[in-house]
Amino acid sequence: MSVLIDRSTRVLVQGLTGREGTFHAQQMLDYGTKVVAGVTPGKGGTKHLGVPVFDTVADAVRETGANVSVIFVPPPYAADAILEAFDAQLPLVICITEGIPTLDMVRVAAALKTSRSRLIGPNCPGIISPGKCKIGIMPASIHKQGHVGVVSRSGTLTYEAVDQLTRLGIGQSTCIGIGGDPIVGTSFLDAIQLFNEDPDTHAIVMIGEIGGNVEETAAAYIKQSVKKPVVGFIAGQTAPPGRRMGHAGAIISGGQGTAADKYRAMRAAGIHTVQSPADIGATLARALGKSKSARKPKAITKRSAKAKKRAR
Amino acid sequence: MKIHEYQAKAILAKFGVPVPRGEAIFNASDARSVAERLGTKIVVVKAQIHAGGRGKAGGVKIAKSSEEAASFAGKMLGMKLVTAQTGEDGRVVRRLLIEEGLDIKRELYLSILVDRTAGAPVIMASAAGGMEIEEVAKDRPEAILRQPIRPETGFEQYHARKLAFGLGLKRDLVGVVSKFLESLYRAFVAMDAALLEINPCVITGDGCLVALDAKVNFDDNALFRHPEYAELRDLDEETPLEVEASKYKLNYIKLDGNVGCMVNGAGLAMATMDIIKLAGGSPANFLDVGGGASEEQVKNAFRILLSDRAVKAVFVNIFGGILRCDVLASGVVNAAKELQLKIPVVVRMEGTNVQRGQQILRDSGLNFTVAQGMKDGAEKVVALAGGAR
Repeated sequence: MSVLIDRSTRVLVQGLTGREGTFHAQQMLDYGTKVVAGVTPGKGGTKHLGVPVFDTVADAVRETGANVSVIFVPPPYAADAILEAFDAQLPLVICITEGIPTLDMVRVAAALKTSRSRLIGPNCPGIISPGKCKIGIMPASIHKQGHVGVVSRSGTLTYEAVDQLTRLGIGQSTCIGIGGDPIVGTSFLDAIQLFNEDPDTHAIVMIGEIGGNVEETAAAYIKQSVKKPVVGFIAGQTAPPGRRMGHAGAIISGGQGTAADKYRAMRAAGIHTVQSPADIGATLARALGKSKSARKPKAITKRSAKAKKRAR
Repeated sequence: MKIHEYQAKAILAKFGVPVPRGEAIFNASDARSVAERLGTKIVVVKAQIHAGGRGKAGGVKIAKSSEEAASFAGKMLGMKLVTAQTGEDGRVVRRLLIEEGLDIKRELYLSILVDRTAGAPVIMASAAGGMEIEEVAKDRPEAILRQPIRPETGFEQYHARKLAFGLGLKRDLVGVVSKFLESLYRAFVAMDAALLEINPCVITGDGCLVALDAKVNFDDNALFRHPEYAELRDLDEETPLEVEASKYKLNYIKLDGNVGCMVNGAGLAMATMDIIKLAGGSPANFLDVGGGASEEQVKNAFRILLSDRAVKAVFVNIFGGILRCDVLASGVVNAAKELQLKIPVVVRMEGTNVQRGQQILRDSGLNFTVAQGMKDGAEKVVALAGGAR
C-alpha cells in the first residue's frame, strides 16, 4: 500500500502540450505511471505523446476516467486550472506551478473548503510511490520502494533526503512535496496523518523550513497520536530574519517561524531532530533500529507468556 | 517589492484612504515652496527610505516654519540614515516627503496581510499605534486584534464594529473606521499587496482617521498584472548584486560570510547555508539558481557570486532533477575560464547525468575539488576559505 496514489491511479495532465508538461509527462510515462489524458484548451481532439488531449478537464474526466490531475500551467492561469479541476470533482489535484499570486491562492483555498478534492502544492515537486506511480518532477532514479513516508516543503532538499535513505538501503512508501508557498492545499499535518494511518508506512521523515507554524502544528499531532518513529529537519537555521529565502513562505517575521521554535516543538513531541541536513538518512536508520529494539521486550514477554502456557 | 511611503500614500489616496496633504521632493531647494503651499503652522519632513525606525534615527523632523523645513531638508538629503532596520551601513536619503502637520489626538495600528493558517486576508488592529508591532506582539499579544476576511464575501460592516469597539473607540467613530477599513481592504485586493501597514493611523482633533504613515509590500508573484506598480521599484534601495541577479531570474541574497554558495532549490540552498555554519564557516550568500537553470544562468550566477570580494571559496551544491549535472558543469567551467577564476571551488553534484557532469569538470583542466556529499563539501570549502572562524 501507499498513500493517495498507487498502480491503478489514472493521471490527467493540465498543460500537457507545454514545454514543462511535455518533458515531465514523458518521464512519468517512462516510469510506468498511467497518464491517460491531457488538457490544453483549443487542442482538444489531438494526441500528444500518444495521449489524447481535451479542451476541458470535465471532457477529459468523462472520456478517460482520470482520477488525479497534475498541473503544469503557467502562474497567471494556474489558479483557474486548479479551480477547473475541483469543478470536475477530481479526488486529487497536484499543482507543480511556482509563482502563483497569493490572492489567487486565497480564492483557491476558499473553494477547497467546500470541494471534494484534495490539493497538493502549489510550488511543489509532486508525489511518488516508488515502484508504483510517479506524479511530478522528482528524479525517479533516486527512489526505492519501501516503508518510509517523506513529507517536505522543499523540492531538491527532499531529493537529498530520499537519496540518503536509498543509499542506506531504506526504501520509501510515498514521498509528498507539499510546496514552499504560504498557502498550500495539503499541510504537513495532513500528510503526516495519512502516513500515520497507512499500515505500509513504518517511519516518517519531515523536512520543514523557516516561516509559518505548520511544523509546530504537525509536532503537536505527532506528540498526541503518532507511534511511528519520526525524523525532523528544518532548513534555514542560519537565515537572516525578514528576508524571503527563495520560497515565498520562507520568511521569519515578528520573531515567529524561527528554526529554533520549530526544533523546540519537534523535540517536545519526541521527534528525532537532525541539525545537519547530511544526517537525515543515518538518523532515520538509527531511529528504525531503536524502535525495533524497543519492540523486542514486548516480543520476549509474549514468548515468555507462551512458554508459561506451555509449562502449564 | 517595497515602495516608498509617499508612493504608498498616493496609491492609497486613489482608493479613498485619507492621507495627509504632502509632496515628495528630490532637491532641498524645493522644500520651502512645498511648505508654503501646504500653508500649515507646522510641516513634517520625512526621509524616504525602504526601512522603518526612521523617527528614532533622525529621519523625521517637525518644522515650525518654511525656513526650518528648508534647513531640515538640506541636512537630510544625502545623509546616511542608520536605523534599527537598515543594518550598520545605513541608507542614503535621496527623497523626502514634506507633509502638513496634523492635530493628533490618538494613534492606532492597522494592517492587512494574508494569514497563512487561515488562507485568507486578516486585518490586524491595535491601540498601541506608533510602536513596533513586532514588540507589541511579543510583550502583549492580547493587545493585537485580528479579524479574518472571507474572500468570498469581502469586507463587512461588522468587521469594523468588532475592531473599533475592541480598540475602545467611541460609537461616533465606528462609521469613520468602517469607511477607512473598507477603502484599505479594497486597495489591498486591487493592488495584490502582501502587506498594507498604517502605523500610526491617527485620530485627529476633528474626529477624522488619517494614515500618518503607510507601508506597502507587493506580492512579487502578482506584479506581472500591475506594470504601473512594478515601475515604482527603486533600485537605489536594493543591494547592487541582488539587482544584477534579478535580471537573470536568480534568487540571490547577500550575507556576511566568505563562502560563496550556488545551489538549486530554495530548501537545499538554506540547508547548504546551515551545513556551512555547522562546519564552522560562514556563507557569503544565498543563491538559488532554480529548478531548471540554463547554462547561461549558471554562468551568470557564478559571475555574480564571485563579484562579492568577501568570497574566499565557492561551494557548488547541486541535486540535479530537472537541472542536469552536465548543464551545470558546463556553465561552471565556462564561467571559471571566462572569469579567470583564482579562488578554490568545491563541487558536489548528485542526480541526473552526474557522471557526465563530473567528466566535464575533470576534462576542464581546472582545479575543482570534488566532494562526496554535502557534509564533505561543506568541510572542504570551509577549510579552503581559511578555516573555521
